[in-house]
Amino acid sequence: MTLHRKFAALAAGAIALTAAGQAFAQTEVQWWHAMGGELGQKTEAIAAGFNASQSDYKVVPIYKGNYTETMTGAIAAFRAKKHPHIVQVFEVGTGTMMAAEGAVYPVYKLMQDAGAKFDPKDYLPAVTGYYTDTAGNMLSMPFNSSTPVLYYNKTAFAKAGLDPNTPPKTWPEVGEFSKKLQAAGIACGFTTGWQSWVQLENFSAWHNLPIGTMENGFGGLGTELTLNSDAHVRHIAQLAEWQKTKIFDYGGRRSDSAPKFYNQECAMYMNSSAAQAGVQANAKDFEFGVGMLPYWPDVAGAPQNSIIGGATLWVLSGHKPAEYKGVAAFFNYLASAEVQAKWHQETGYLPITLAAYELTKTQGFYDKNPGTDVSIKQMTLKEPTPNSKGLRFGNFVQIRDILNEELEAVWSGQKTAKQALDTAVERSNALLRRFEKDNG
Amino acid sequence: MIKRVTFRHKWLPYALLAPQLLITLVFFIWPASQALYQSVLRQDAFGLRTEFIGFENFADLFADPTYLSSFHITLVFCLAVASISLGFALMLAVMADRVIKGATTYKTLLIWPYAVAPAIAGVLWYFMFNPSIGINAWILRTVFGYDWNHTLDGGDALLLVIIAAAWKQVSYNFLFFLAGLQAIPRSLIEAAAIDGASPLKRFWTIVFPLLSPTTFFLLVVNVVYAFFDTFGTIHATTNGGPAGATNTLVYKVFNDGFIGLDLGGSAAQSVILMIIVVSLTVVQFRYIERRVEY
Amino acid sequence: MVENRPWLTVVSHLVLIVGIAIVVLPLWVALVASTHTGRDLLSAPIPMWFGSHGVDNYRQMLTSGMEHVSGQPLTLMLFNSLVMALSIAIGKIVISLTAAFAICYFRFPLRMTCFWIIFITLMLPVEVRILPTYEVIANVFTPLTRLLELFGFEGDEIVIAGLSIRLDFSMLDSYTGLTLPLIASATATFLFRQFFLTVPDELTEAARIDGAGPMKFFRDILLPLSRTNIAALFVILFIYGWNQYLWPLLITTDPSYVTVVMGIQRMVNVADTEPQWHLVMTAAVLAMLPPVLVVIGMQRLFVKGLVETEK
Repeated sequence: MTLHRKFAALAAGAIALTAAGQAFAQTEVQWWHAMGGELGQKTEAIAAGFNASQSDYKVVPIYKGNYTETMTGAIAAFRAKKHPHIVQVFEVGTGTMMAAEGAVYPVYKLMQDAGAKFDPKDYLPAVTGYYTDTAGNMLSMPFNSSTPVLYYNKTAFAKAGLDPNTPPKTWPEVGEFSKKLQAAGIACGFTTGWQSWVQLENFSAWHNLPIGTMENGFGGLGTELTLNSDAHVRHIAQLAEWQKTKIFDYGGRRSDSAPKFYNQECAMYMNSSAAQAGVQANAKDFEFGVGMLPYWPDVAGAPQNSIIGGATLWVLSGHKPAEYKGVAAFFNYLASAEVQAKWHQETGYLPITLAAYELTKTQGFYDKNPGTDVSIKQMTLKEPTPNSKGLRFGNFVQIRDILNEELEAVWSGQKTAKQALDTAVERSNALLRRFEKDNG
Repeated sequence: MIKRVTFRHKWLPYALLAPQLLITLVFFIWPASQALYQSVLRQDAFGLRTEFIGFENFADLFADPTYLSSFHITLVFCLAVASISLGFALMLAVMADRVIKGATTYKTLLIWPYAVAPAIAGVLWYFMFNPSIGINAWILRTVFGYDWNHTLDGGDALLLVIIAAAWKQVSYNFLFFLAGLQAIPRSLIEAAAIDGASPLKRFWTIVFPLLSPTTFFLLVVNVVYAFFDTFGTIHATTNGGPAGATNTLVYKVFNDGFIGLDLGGSAAQSVILMIIVVSLTVVQFRYIERRVEY
Repeated sequence: MVENRPWLTVVSHLVLIVGIAIVVLPLWVALVASTHTGRDLLSAPIPMWFGSHGVDNYRQMLTSGMEHVSGQPLTLMLFNSLVMALSIAIGKIVISLTAAFAICYFRFPLRMTCFWIIFITLMLPVEVRILPTYEVIANVFTPLTRLLELFGFEGDEIVIAGLSIRLDFSMLDSYTGLTLPLIASATATFLFRQFFLTVPDELTEAARIDGAGPMKFFRDILLPLSRTNIAALFVILFIYGWNQYLWPLLITTDPSYVTVVMGIQRMVNVADTEPQWHLVMTAAVLAMLPPVLVVIGMQRLFVKGLVETEK
């Protein structure tokens, strides 16, 4: 096998590639996504549904690993000019994507250029707020959004003499209930998934406290984190205190703590509303209920509203206009009430349009599946304030790692809540400054 | 360096060298030069804005406590891996050198971990130390009362990857030590035995000094191994965590560059790594020159 | 030995047995875990003796893989690993043989430069050139187009005799990309050079007197002489290729090119739940098996290869 022959083959391949470009009658649109397993199958079903609905365009969904892998893969591909048309990016990557003005084709502009029907008012403001610029233009297409809720073990509640239909409303109640549950033989009161998202970011929005300066970063790149306020420190210190007696039990980053709730080690579990399908499938020996996140009653304005997590679809620039027409057509299909309602009901993700929410209601879905509307109610509890609209920080992927690390230092007793949050803010601000420099 | 008798041909030697050279130029030298260039630039993730900033990336690195701690972690990691696997392998090799019966079986049972990929080795030990179900974690908890948790405790996590990395390297060290031991003239040891030196004394005064070239050589090889070949061990298990406790220099280059998309910073780290490799290679080759003469 | 201390022999055996127990334990645990159901591995202590679900686990992993992480069947991953290991081993041996032959048996301008260029690869492991290498793999012509741009040409298009050729060839997600960049090898080249230097010059002289050209000499005399060296090196390089991790991780995103060693990482780092350990261990056993069998089955060659590559 000489390289000579290899290069001949290679050159032939290069020529063939250019020729092949014109041969396709159907315009192909590449869509990189991060939905594995069952969600992946549902995601691919949406693409298949779109492809069957018309014959001009073909959306090709490609699974690219987890959120981080998908995003960094797309960026690396962009640098090498091998990027897809659409890429699914998780909410913490929003800051990075927004700053990349030359690389991103904003959705509102795409729809305009393609002459597609598009009215931003159709969308749920609580969802799209996260992804609009300061002028109110929608930059990316919401796809899978969720918000954290409280799952609780009704069977265990009954055993501990608690009302199975009343989840705790406030944090002091969480502590009280946990003690009763422990007295009834449950090992731990509660655990949490995605600690930074639930116990810091959503905690802030839910209590109408800023996560960072300049409207949580919406106002500019000069933002700094403010997660070390007294209210934050008090909350984390309380969790650490509870960790000693297993009222709270840490179970790992992401949703690694889920098994603790499934095997009834912990009676309460805070995690994404999209985890409901998983809870349903795994809660075999007990009944579960869904409640809103707890709050501290002495914090003025709480409860406010929770914020979303999940991912949106970003369009990358540098492709042909005809292909972008296909993207616009696909987005219209994706946002239709039927597709959205089905996605919402099957996965537990929030519907992105009001029409889909109404449709689900009229179909009687919420009556048949109690608890599934808790997330929407919690999201829309009050008109969002600058503190609860969402967040927008550059380098937030790494910042979340820092928050995770520092929280873990608290759980393992190496640092006090105050020390850890101060360090977390200091380290995060250094990254924010770096991002400001890189993108200024 | 070259044969006394050679052939003469105008283009044949170049053709013979071409594949190797082309691959080297395209996939090694070009990217490395790009890394050098990138290390003095500041660029956003998408490569849309580029700015020349001189040595600022390097200055940032050395002002960054996580980078310095990564140096420290790498040092501890390399030394621990090398000393654990060398010590364990030397002990086994000395024993295997003594026994006659079953020597081949012992050898076979000891050399196979060499073939296990570092990532798989990591996963095996990760499973055995799994805080809730791992057999080792269970023994530590029930017998020693130690609550092992590598997802929370940085020390535990570092120890986990050290054990996994050292385990895999034992076979290699064992083979070289055994070969080294077998090359020691029997007459030397026997003479000492006749003088009444105890086995332990004989080992420290005769065997160990005679093994020192092998030991030194293995030390270098082990450090290089721990430095570069353990990326998979860490990536497949702890992901550099918790709290950066297993974030070695090589893992950090990957994480900052490919995941964190800090291109300039990652390239600057690459350059520092290059300097380290070059010095390690020099050490290795100066030593090997001696070995060849010997 | 002049002396005979039976207790010392007993101690030696004991130490060896304990040592081997420690070394073999991970394999044992993996084998045992791969024969149980996920439910058996939920709480400590997990069983240390075989269960009855081995056949099911292996069948599932080989035929459908771990769907939970959009996994591919392990047969496919094992095949990819095999292709990778074989191409790397063979590729490295072929290009190193020819390179060493050129360096030892010819005098030509720039001979030492070529030698040093090859030598430099020793100092540039993938880890120090991650991102730029990715860009080269995404378009192999990147170095060429950048150089063209430097001289003021339109970078990515060449017009030769009216035919326009776009300089764009991506090796991402391909076997070529998985193997070609890894087959440059200073170590193998040095090994063959070292060996060629020990081949008696008389053989070359005799060949020249017989009127044999260099390639005939290479084929008929040098290659047969190098047989054991090639075989020993093959064993080492096969293991090297099989165990590649960072490289396939960087350049494959298409699940159908995933190799088994990197595939396991995805099964372990699952979001939202504990890994399905019984299946992970099944995969680990399958991933270990081929290279371990090669080492055990070709022990003599393996030891020879190991010792020689380090010279």
